[in-house]
Amino acid sequence: MEDNKKTKIVSEHYHPTKVKMDMSDRIIRGVTYVVVTLFSICCIIPFWMIIASSFSTEEAIRRTGFTLWPTDVSFYSYELLFRSPDQMIGAYAVTLGLAIVGTLIGLFTIAMTGYALQRKDFPYRNGIMFYIYFTSLFSAGLVPFYLLIKQTLNLADTYWAILLPLLMSPWLIVLMKNFVKAIPHEITESGKIDGAGDFRIFYALILPSLKPALATIGLFLALGYWNEWYYSSLFLSSKVKYRPLQYHLYNVINKVASLKNSVAGSNVVITDLPGETLKMATACVATGPIILLYPFVQKYFVAGLTVGSVKG
Amino acid sequence: MDKTKAVKYQRPSLARTLNQNKTLILMCVPAIIFFFVFSYMPMPGAYIAFTNFQYNKGIFGSPFIGLQNFKFLFMSGQLTLLLRNTILYNLAFIILGNVLQLTFAILLNEVQSKAYKKTTQSMMFLPYFISDVLVSLLVYNLLNYDFGFISNLVRNLGGEMPKVYQMPNAWPIIIVLVNLWKGTGYGTVVYFAAITGMDSSMMEAAQIDGANGFQRIRYITLPTLKPTVIILFLFAIGGILKGNFGLFYNLVGANSMLFNTTDIIETYVYRSMMNSFNFSQSSAVGLFQSVVGFFIVMAANAFVKHLDPEYALF
Repeated sequence: MEDNKKTKIVSEHYHPTKVKMDMSDRIIRGVTYVVVTLFSICCIIPFWMIIASSFSTEEAIRRTGFTLWPTDVSFYSYELLFRSPDQMIGAYAVTLGLAIVGTLIGLFTIAMTGYALQRKDFPYRNGIMFYIYFTSLFSAGLVPFYLLIKQTLNLADTYWAILLPLLMSPWLIVLMKNFVKAIPHEITESGKIDGAGDFRIFYALILPSLKPALATIGLFLALGYWNEWYYSSLFLSSKVKYRPLQYHLYNVINKVASLKNSVAGSNVVITDLPGETLKMATACVATGPIILLYPFVQKYFVAGLTVGSVKG
Repeated sequence: MDKTKAVKYQRPSLARTLNQNKTLILMCVPAIIFFFVFSYMPMPGAYIAFTNFQYNKGIFGSPFIGLQNFKFLFMSGQLTLLLRNTILYNLAFIILGNVLQLTFAILLNEVQSKAYKKTTQSMMFLPYFISDVLVSLLVYNLLNYDFGFISNLVRNLGGEMPKVYQMPNAWPIIIVLVNLWKGTGYGTVVYFAAITGMDSSMMEAAQIDGANGFQRIRYITLPTLKPTVIILFLFAIGGILKGNFGLFYNLVGANSMLFNTTDIIETYVYRSMMNSFNFSQSSAVGLFQSVVGFFIVMAANAFVKHLDPEYALF
């Protein structure tokens, strides 16, 4: 270590490359490339394996197990899925519908609330914020919530039971508040001077400058609806014909009967059903859009994390 | 509110303040109703934990039995087991998770290729976006005894693959690994943002003074991150009784052979309500978690406030 302490005169702006690398830098960089690259690959390999096995023949999987590359390429599982696409289309329609409606309503409500609660001249803002925040500190637990939806509100077996609970959360409201904080108060003031009402100020002046916030929070909401299976498992019985995508996938994975139903009407003898590849194909179809959209929306999530990570 | 205003004007009447702020109040009304219905309305229902609940009689028509549900859960050892599992899993998640996230964030900061940083961050962040349902399928794809990728690998190498889905002792390791797989990218992004936000002049000075890579990390990066780490850690400890239901439920499901080492508060509450219809005991566990959890969060927050009021939640 002692040898490394010799003084270096560096005139350039700090930049690791510009400086002559010593041994420690090389070690750190070497370790980084090895460790980080390996871990990153580990993060995406399982996805690849699901895709690969969805394109295998059932026979190959029974023979060699799941592999990194399909031994005998086959589109049979997808063919089966699309031969009787009723269940899958239904699930897509339900999920898309919930995601669009829920995200729009949730986003608008969260933005309104976040703006009002960030207004320094709103005397009730601390009270209302505490009222909202308290719900994340203390809850009655699952059973009373379940009975509320089922007995009091009578929403079981309706899509309301999924749409409503996912509309907002204290965390998203705090996140929105943090985004609003960055908008100068002068904008509100100038609106007031022009005689605009509070809602008009919000709608015409604030909302347009909140675009990055709306994108970020909207994506969090949409992701919540897309990945939803929990409320469905609590409140949607088999009486409901079409389940949200991930709950459909849950059933295909965990219940043999649902696996058969997912291709009902395609005239396949049940014993010939390619169970394993069918599960993988269903997973690919149910998750595909997320993976495809991911590269484009990722930066908004990162923005959300940096704004809301510590406080929230 | 600044003080001069309060002195100048007389305190306006309540009706006037309400009227002046009616639009802003109205803008909050949807959210107020939402939290009233879905969070506050169920609260009186916590009473169910003190009853012998009968579905047709409703919460307040069922016979009151005092603390018997709690007593039973304590005596049977059920609550102790759930607490042990929940806390130990969370400790493992928090400690290992933070070490990994910090390490990756610091290492990434030492690389200068922007493309490399971006690509690896994107790859690491991806598992965060998928549902726990899919996670369970990924694990099944790897560990399934008959066709699993790892099972095959072991067999091809001449080993004997154990039946993992029947081994309770394997699951703490599997669940911790899966949790790290899913959450490391998220945490790395958070810590990396904290590092990027720090003052680079210190780094330059250290460079000029000839500090080597290890020294820069040890004496500059780590100390700068310390407050963020401590605060995130304390809040994580605040949530130590809260389990990740989706992960556990999808990985273990109804496989009762594994419950001894994998059952956490959330999974027990869910199962005893949905499968055994034991609403009273289920809600007793839930209420216990809420009340004790509440005090733990308050304590954590007080701690944070003591360290740095800026970061306290309230």
